Amino acid sequence: MKKECAQVVSQECLAENIYSMWLETGIAKNSRSGQFILVYPNDASRLLGRPICICRVSDDKKELRIVYRAQGEGTRSFTALKPGDSVFIEGPLGNGYDISDVKGKEVLLIGGGIGAPSLLQLAADLKRADTGRTTAVLGYRDSSLDNFLADEFKELCDDTVIATDDGSFGIRGNVIDAVKSSDIRADVIFACGPMVMLKAVASLALSQGAEAYISLEERMACGVGACLGCVVKTKETDSHSHVKNARICTEGPVFNASEVEL
Amino acid sequence: MRDCSVEFLGKRLKNPVTCASGTFGSGIEYSEFVDLNRLGAITTKGVSVVPWEGNPTPRVAETPSGMMNAIGLQNPGVDVFIERDLKFLSAFDVPVIVNVCGHSIEEYAAAAERLSKEEGVFALEINVSCPNVKEGGIAFGTRPEALIEVTREVKKVSSKPVIMKLSPNVTSIADMAAAAEQGGADAISLINTFTAMKIDIYRKKFVLANKTGGLSGPAIHPIALRMVYEASKAVKIPIIGMGGVANAGDAIEMIMAGADIVAVGMMNFHEPESMIRVIEGIESFMEETGVESLSEIKGCMH
Repeated sequence: MKKECAQVVSQECLAENIYSMWLETGIAKNSRSGQFILVYPNDASRLLGRPICICRVSDDKKELRIVYRAQGEGTRSFTALKPGDSVFIEGPLGNGYDISDVKGKEVLLIGGGIGAPSLLQLAADLKRADTGRTTAVLGYRDSSLDNFLADEFKELCDDTVIATDDGSFGIRGNVIDAVKSSDIRADVIFACGPMVMLKAVASLALSQGAEAYISLEERMACGVGACLGCVVKTKETDSHSHVKNARICTEGPVFNASEVEL
Repeated sequence: MRDCSVEFLGKRLKNPVTCASGTFGSGIEYSEFVDLNRLGAITTKGVSVVPWEGNPTPRVAETPSGMMNAIGLQNPGVDVFIERDLKFLSAFDVPVIVNVCGHSIEEYAAAAERLSKEEGVFALEINVSCPNVKEGGIAFGTRPEALIEVTREVKKVSSKPVIMKLSPNVTSIADMAAAAEQGGADAISLINTFTAMKIDIYRKKFVLANKTGGLSGPAIHPIALRMVYEASKAVKIPIIGMGGVANAGDAIEMIMAGADIVAVGMMNFHEPESMIRVIEGIESFMEETGVESLSEIKGCMH
C-alpha cells in the first residue's frame, strides 16, 4: 500500500460517462483482481480519494487500468486527464477475488453496469486457471452504455451473455433474468454491481447451491481501515471489529455473500 | 535541523504533532505509510468499556475542503484494544494518548480506570461529545456542570493525565475550557467536529444515515483557531489544538494562539504522510525565522 503520483498512459471514453484510463504506477506491481485504488482529484476543495476498482493489470505489472463512471464533480475531473498528466492514487487496497479454489469448477461472473470492470482482470486470471467453464453475464441499463467491455469479456470467457433493461441488446431484463433464461448453472459466482443486483445474486447462489463472492461499494474516507466509514453488517461477529460490522475497504470489498447482511 | 521537541504533561515529546482521534485508527492501519516513531504522540480511536456497533451507513460524506462523519464511535471495546492495539503500539517509541468514550459517567470511569493500569498508556483523552443516555442524549460536553462532573469522576479513578476533548457546539468555548480545568483536567484538547448536515436534494434524503455528522477538515480551521485562542486565554492547563490542520502554517497558528501541541485530523485521509510534512514544516519554519524553541512562540498572540 502506498500513495504515489501515477502517470496517465491513455484515456478513452467507452460509452456515455464511462471512461477507461491506463496509469503507469508502482502500485500495479502488487495489485490483483478485485482490489481497488483511491484516485485523488487535483482540487483542494475535494480532499477524499475516489474508490475505483482495478480493471486490468498489465502483464509486465507496470500499468493499471481503471474503468470508471463520471458521476460527480470529482470523477468528472478525472475525464480531463490526458496522456503524460499525473494523478495521485493510493493502493492497492482491499482483499480482491480469491481464485485458489476454482479448479474444475463452473464459474459465473455477473457484472451490473459499472460493476463489470471489477471482474475483467478476474476473467483474465480465470482463463489461465484450471477451471471448468467460465461464463460472464453482463447487464446494462440501455444502449447508451454501448455494452462497454463486453467484447473484452467475450475474448476471455467461454461464454458471454448480455442483458439490457430496455431490451436494446441481448436478453431483455436484468442479469438474473439472463442467468435463468439461459439456464446457466455455476459452482462459484463472482459478482459486482448495484446492491439490488447483489441481493438477487445471493439468492440465486442459494438456490443453485453455489458459493457467491460479491464486491461491495460504500462511501469511504481513508480506504485503509482506519476511519470505519465503510462497513457492512455481518452475520457473525467480525474478528477485527468485534461487532457485527466488517470494513469494506479492508476485510472486503469482496465478501462471501452468505456472511454479510445486504 | 531545529529541535522542535516540547514538554507536554511531564513528558518530552519529539515534536508537537499527534493525530486527531479517529483519523489514524490505532496507528496499525497507517503503519505501512508512516514511521510511527517520528510522531510526537499517537492518539488512538475512541474506545469504550464494551464494544460499540456504531451507526448505519452511509457514515461519511465529502464537503467543500472537508468531510462529515457519523461513525458512531464503533470500537471493539477496551479489552481488545489493550490486547491488540496497545500491544502493537508498545513496539514503537511513541507516547500513546488513548481516546475514551462513554454513554454515562460510569462507563467513562470504568474505561479510564482499566486503561490507567496499562504501562503503555501515556494519557487519556476523554471524548465528551458522546450522548449522555441518562440525560436524553445531550452531549456531556455541552453543559459546564456535566463537564465538570465527568472530569472529576474520571480524574478520581485515573492515575494517568486526563485530557478533556471539548466540543465546539457550545455558546462559549472559554466557559467549557474553564469548566474542564475546574473539574481537575490535566489538559484540554479542542476542537471536536461541528455538528453538520447534508441533504441529497434529488432523493430528498439525508446523505448520512444518522442525519447529522461531525464536520472536519481545512474548511473549519479558522474557526478552530479562534476557539483555541479563546480557550487558551481562559485556562492555565496545556492545550492540544486541532481542527483542519493541513500544513505547518496551520499548526504554527495553533501554537501562536496558545496550543502546546497540535493534532492533524482529516488530512490524514487525504495524505497519510500529512503529520510528517507538518513536523518537517515546523522545523523549517523555526530555521527560517530563528526560533530556538517552540516555547518562544507559544501563545504569542495573547
